[in-house]
Amino acid sequence: MKHYEKDSPGYWGENVRILQVLMGTWCVVSFILGILLVDQLDAIRFAGFKLGFWLSQQGAIFIYILLVYIYLKAMDRLDEKYHLNDKE
Amino acid sequence: MSVQMMTYLFVGITFLLYITIAIKSRASSTSDFYIAGAHVPPLANGLATAADWMSAASFISMAGIISFMGRDGSVYLMGWTGGYVLLAMLIAPYLRDFGKFTVPDFIGERYYSQTARMVALLCALFISFTYVAGQMRGVGVVFSRFLEVDINMGVLIGMTIVFFYAVLGGMKGITYTQVAQYCVLIFAFMVPAIFISLLLTGNVIPHLGFGSELRPEFGGGYLLDRLDGLNQELGFAAYTEGIRSKLDVLFITAALMLGTAGLPHVIIRFFTVPSVRAARKSALYALIFIAILYTTAPTIAAFARTNLINTVSNVEYSAMPEWFKTWEATNLISFEDKNNDGRIQYLDDPQTNELTVDRDIIVLANPEIAQLPNWVIALVAAGGLAAALSTAAGLLLVISSAISHDLLKSNLMPDINEKTELLSARIAIFFAVCIAGYFGINPPGFVAEVVAFAFGLASSSFFPAIVLGIFYKRMNKEGAISGMLVGIIFTAGYIIYYTFINPAADNAAGWWMGISPEGIGTFGTLLNFLTAIVVCHLTAAPPQEVQDMVEDIRVPG
Repeated sequence: MKHYEKDSPGYWGENVRILQVLMGTWCVVSFILGILLVDQLDAIRFAGFKLGFWLSQQGAIFIYILLVYIYLKAMDRLDEKYHLNDKE
Repeated sequence: MSVQMMTYLFVGITFLLYITIAIKSRASSTSDFYIAGAHVPPLANGLATAADWMSAASFISMAGIISFMGRDGSVYLMGWTGGYVLLAMLIAPYLRDFGKFTVPDFIGERYYSQTARMVALLCALFISFTYVAGQMRGVGVVFSRFLEVDINMGVLIGMTIVFFYAVLGGMKGITYTQVAQYCVLIFAFMVPAIFISLLLTGNVIPHLGFGSELRPEFGGGYLLDRLDGLNQELGFAAYTEGIRSKLDVLFITAALMLGTAGLPHVIIRFFTVPSVRAARKSALYALIFIAILYTTAPTIAAFARTNLINTVSNVEYSAMPEWFKTWEATNLISFEDKNNDGRIQYLDDPQTNELTVDRDIIVLANPEIAQLPNWVIALVAAGGLAAALSTAAGLLLVISSAISHDLLKSNLMPDINEKTELLSARIAIFFAVCIAGYFGINPPGFVAEVVAFAFGLASSSFFPAIVLGIFYKRMNKEGAISGMLVGIIFTAGYIIYYTFINPAADNAAGWWMGISPEGIGTFGTLLNFLTAIVVCHLTAAPPQEVQDMVEDIRVPG
């Protein structure tokens, strides 16, 4: 039997809010910083990199990993809060 | 030992490993065959997903493409990794909770319609066949270049190996061979990267070497600054600056991301884990394992280009090292002394440029260009084969399950028992391997365009249908089907127009709003969303049990 309850809109609402924040960051990093503002960011330099170039070739990928990691942890906490026991 | 002997040895050992794994993990039920019994631990699934996803193109061609495109190459780096964020958050956990066998399964049940299932099935078949032909070709190319066997013979050997473990083990066999293949391919990719980073910058970590200063014998100064300078001296655009329009870059990146999240062979990997949490976790592992290759590729691109220009530019042809001659024999490098000065002029201007370099050479010849030991060269061959075979196997499974499960069991012959279904899945793989092999031996002349097609189609058909199916309870079959059709017809029409009907207009000035056919999938996806939502509001809400099902997959457990 599923643990699904009719009164779980709270769970879904929180889930959607987590996604909004993370997907919003994803959008900003990929499209705004990584593509549209890349020339402006290039004015900033660190080591041998221009920031915009580095972000679009490497940095964005590291941020993606971080986002998925935060997602995993946030959902773990949410599942626990609503006592959703999804055994591995 | 000669390079060739060592290559035979490495390739032989890895093939033996794959076959041993296949024999140990035979499938005995349809659940084993389609989704490995949903018993795959998250770490193993992460490794398998990474191998499944990284194809011959990622391994052999991507670093080379970036090497020639400079910053514009970022579309592939962000596009093919950013899609995993969509997959991990918007698709994988919910489809795992749904808990069936295939993507058309989900579309068919969520939209309570055999028509929807058939549309999804045709898309899945088209995408997978397109892709698998490219992999078989990749196998043939690696065999012919490293082992000097005929390219057709290479394709046949590859077909036999994939056929063997896919038929025996189904998803179960494929999963564990993919785990092994990931290890082989990542090792093969990283070792030359580390060596070339050491050679040029003295830094053992390529990611750091990328931002370091060159060693004095290579001219000193930061690598990327030096590369910008070299590029400009020869008339090319600076390496770290883009020449494509921002809008087109944005559309291509988004199309690759949306397409990645809609590729059926990647999505089904998340059906193989035991729980929703395991699906989330394996998405994270997969992204990390993919990122190892994808963050290293741009470093190889920059190192190899610097090294290439240093080695060839304005140097006498007679002084070229051994590798130059070997790769000339394969036509991947060609030199034509236009001004008869005996030196190589490598320039952007096609009138005066004397050197043509194929993009694949950046990875394939990298070990030789950087004067690495023979075993590294052999390793690259084994890695390229692992990348191609692992992706081919995943795709063949999608084709086989689409036919035996979605077409036969769920549609034409619902009464067949499990044993017959399993047998038909195996027969379907046999035919799929043969068709893939045929296209590998006789590749259609437009492989690159067809791959753009696969991504455009995956994004403009599956992605909206799946995401709306989960996040928009009111979405009904009329909306989803019309959205998928509009998305596919628009995207396919645009690509076909510029590829076959009016190829003369296939340039930035001729494109509609400056969007290339590679990026049009993004617009197709938006059209799909829009059509689906409008049509959905003009027609009846989905039945209560479908709405309950949506409630159900939103909550794990």
